[in-house]
Amino acid sequence: MAKTEQDLPLKAETRDFNFHYGAFHALKNVNLPVVEKRVTALIGPSGCGKSTLLRSFNRMHDLYPGNRYDGAIVFHPDNTNIVDPKVDPIEVRMRIGMVFQKPNPFPKSIYENVAYGLRVRGERSQSAIDGRVESALRGASLWNEVKDRLDKPATALSGGQQQRLCIARCLATDPELLLFDEPTSALDPIATSNIEELITELRERVTILIVTHNMQQAARVSDYTAYMYIGELVEYGVTDDLFMRPKKKETEDYITGRFG
Amino acid sequence: MNTQDLAAVRGIIQSNRRWDLFFAAAGLLALLVGVLAFVTLFGQMVMNGWERLNPEFFMSFPSRRAANAGILSAWVGSLLVMLVTAVSAVPLGVAAGVYLEEYAPKNLVTDIIEINVTNLAGVPSIVYGLLALGVFVYVFGFGQSILTAGLTLGLLILPVIIVATRESLRAIPVHVREGAYGCGATQWQVVRDHLVPYSTPGIMTGVIIGLSRAIGETAPIITIGALTFIAFLPPSPITDTAPFVNFDWLWSGFTVMPIQMFNWTSRPEEAFQQNAAAAGFILVFMTLMMNAIAIWLRYRLRKSISW
Repeated sequence: MAKTEQDLPLKAETRDFNFHYGAFHALKNVNLPVVEKRVTALIGPSGCGKSTLLRSFNRMHDLYPGNRYDGAIVFHPDNTNIVDPKVDPIEVRMRIGMVFQKPNPFPKSIYENVAYGLRVRGERSQSAIDGRVESALRGASLWNEVKDRLDKPATALSGGQQQRLCIARCLATDPELLLFDEPTSALDPIATSNIEELITELRERVTILIVTHNMQQAARVSDYTAYMYIGELVEYGVTDDLFMRPKKKETEDYITGRFG
Repeated sequence: MNTQDLAAVRGIIQSNRRWDLFFAAAGLLALLVGVLAFVTLFGQMVMNGWERLNPEFFMSFPSRRAANAGILSAWVGSLLVMLVTAVSAVPLGVAAGVYLEEYAPKNLVTDIIEINVTNLAGVPSIVYGLLALGVFVYVFGFGQSILTAGLTLGLLILPVIIVATRESLRAIPVHVREGAYGCGATQWQVVRDHLVPYSTPGIMTGVIIGLSRAIGETAPIITIGALTFIAFLPPSPITDTAPFVNFDWLWSGFTVMPIQMFNWTSRPEEAFQQNAAAAGFILVFMTLMMNAIAIWLRYRLRKSISW
């Protein structure tokens, strides 16, 4: 696990970030750093806003009317404010990949699932796509299981394989940041530990922000942890410190299971 | 519980059960009304028209002599009209459905349009005939042609296709949509690469159900002034010289199956009633086949698309 590391480069940070679902103030003045090439976990009880925050990073909320971002999510190194209405959400999503709670492969072939991001980017060269598909599937530790049936429907895979396929789908386009929204909540324990292992491996090449309501999972896979409660960021710190020596009483109550 | 109580409970259960039996019988009776009506109608047509169901009947033009009369011009006409109907209604209906479901802002104007589309499905078909007579025949000058008939029936089934498209789009789970957007796809890419392909089974079903309604429509076709006695075929769509296709048939006069039937039933001779029954049988058979194809397609395509 990570030691206390100071002055690491940040991949992104939220600055006084607020989010409204219509009249509902879902996130309040959140200031969260996301350290580059590290895993940051968001924990907290249901409805605390952790998924809302995660989904703000790739402007998923833009798909639905009545949502409003305030403040900034600054993306480094170019200091783009992701939630600025002038910034194209498509561009944001091309740079930031997302893995969802429920595995959501497209009802197409395994190959087409991984190739989709490349096709969206206008890649025409078959050999280039072949290469990227293979390396993405290898990166998601799925290649050996599917290399002989790339043309088979992705929905025929097991839940854990589907989730790794969704990770491969993101990896194919080399995202700068990868968002995970409770990626193992629909999976069995073995598939869960495969995904966790994968996240630990991916940490070498991509910055990761993960929402989980499983505290053990946060402790196992993350370098930094943020505890959120009713739309506010209560405490942020190096994972080991936050779990061993929480500074706030609320954090301690939550992680010791006294509430939540 | 002693033996006496148990006997009492059993008695109560038994009297409660009587209502089960009663409803099962009443329900079956209600069902049979529908089934028997169809079987009787269909059976009668088959019995009356059976002798006329031979290859000549399909390959002959109508004639003054019942024994020589056939449905060649009618089934060819129905087929060509359906072709125009499908080609005009499918792109319009799918585009309108996709727009309403995916692009249209949620506001009053959209609500009004939605109510309009729903109401369109309830407009009596003869009203479409009047509209077509005014617009297609006189204003656009399409005449009493296959093109006019096809476009009229296309309008008639447009709401069916729009509704089918919207319902199939709504059946696509949110997380699949979000997955596509998450890859950096634009709205159009999501529509083209995901939403339309995944809703194809539902749209196809809607199209075929619409067409099977259109093929039996008589009122609007009569209103636009289709001929009832046609002893020729429209010019062939395929030619032996380049460019090998020919659209003259669109402007041709025509008749369709239900009009041919209508024409024969209005004759006094018994033999023409036989012809009408035979043509009716073919028409019902065509409709049933279309419904069967719809069910089969839905089954086949659904298998390949699961979430």
